[in-house]
Amino acid sequence: MTTLLSDELLANIGRQSTPHRELVTRRDIRKYAIATGNRQRKYLDGDQAPPMFHVALFWDVVELEELTPDGVSIDSLLPKFPLERAMAGGLKIDYLKPVHPGDWLTATRTLADIYEKRGRSGPLIFYEVDMLIVNDAGDPVIRERTTRILR
Amino acid sequence: MINLALSEKRPVTSVQVGDALPERELTPDNVQLFLYNAVLWNAHRIHFDEPYAKDVEGYPGLVIAGPMLGDWLHQCVEEWLGDSGRLVSIEYSNRAATYIGETLASGGTVIEVSPAAGEVRIEVFIKNAAGDVVTPGVATVMMEAQ
Repeated sequence: MTTLLSDELLANIGRQSTPHRELVTRRDIRKYAIATGNRQRKYLDGDQAPPMFHVALFWDVVELEELTPDGVSIDSLLPKFPLERAMAGGLKIDYLKPVHPGDWLTATRTLADIYEKRGRSGPLIFYEVDMLIVNDAGDPVIRERTTRILR
Repeated sequence: MINLALSEKRPVTSVQVGDALPERELTPDNVQLFLYNAVLWNAHRIHFDEPYAKDVEGYPGLVIAGPMLGDWLHQCVEEWLGDSGRLVSIEYSNRAATYIGETLASGGTVIEVSPAAGEVRIEVFIKNAAGDVVTPGVATVMMEAQ
């Protein structure tokens, strides 16, 4: 069977991002809770971060010239894939510890896997990115695995 | 705004397979979508530039951000759970795009209860107005035994 995945492409499995350390603030929690339509006071007041707040906390803050004209930033963790149209994606998230304002969190992303499947209308490439978030004591706080499909 | 200082604590034994979580109607508008993407620092034009979304990427309208649908699954579980436990894990996928102007709904059903472990698994969903599940998922919560 022919494959779209060259050895060179597969050699990217295991590649890691530079660890990214961010401060959790009450103001950022409040903005996130309000924008998502949250209805719980502890989140709206910023006393605790709601689940998925880490998505906003660790979204890349890129400079204007790093954005494409479409407004998209290029994920430097990913190699160039032979298929480019992104389809649905999936997430698995484990919440190990609560997050509060004042916490410093560090996220490290790893390109965990790249594999191919044959879809009804042709080949599909799957890739998986793991994000591990730890506190300053080194304890895991959140674990996330994202799976994306390209066709 | 309704006050969701949730009811008294419930033990895991009060939960049964088949229990339905309250459904919530969701009608995100341009303002909410703008604020959400601003909070993320997500500048993808499909979320705020309607001519671009339609003419360049071929969508019928402004696309609701996928992770916001994921967030609503969490809210559905946490509002039901209240102070009776903790959401420890979730798995979901964005199966189909949804657009500003659509009325969506979140909800779920308990699919597994393990009293000894204090663990409850819940199938959760976001549906569009046609009733199609666009964002299915499974959440795991831990509750107290008594």
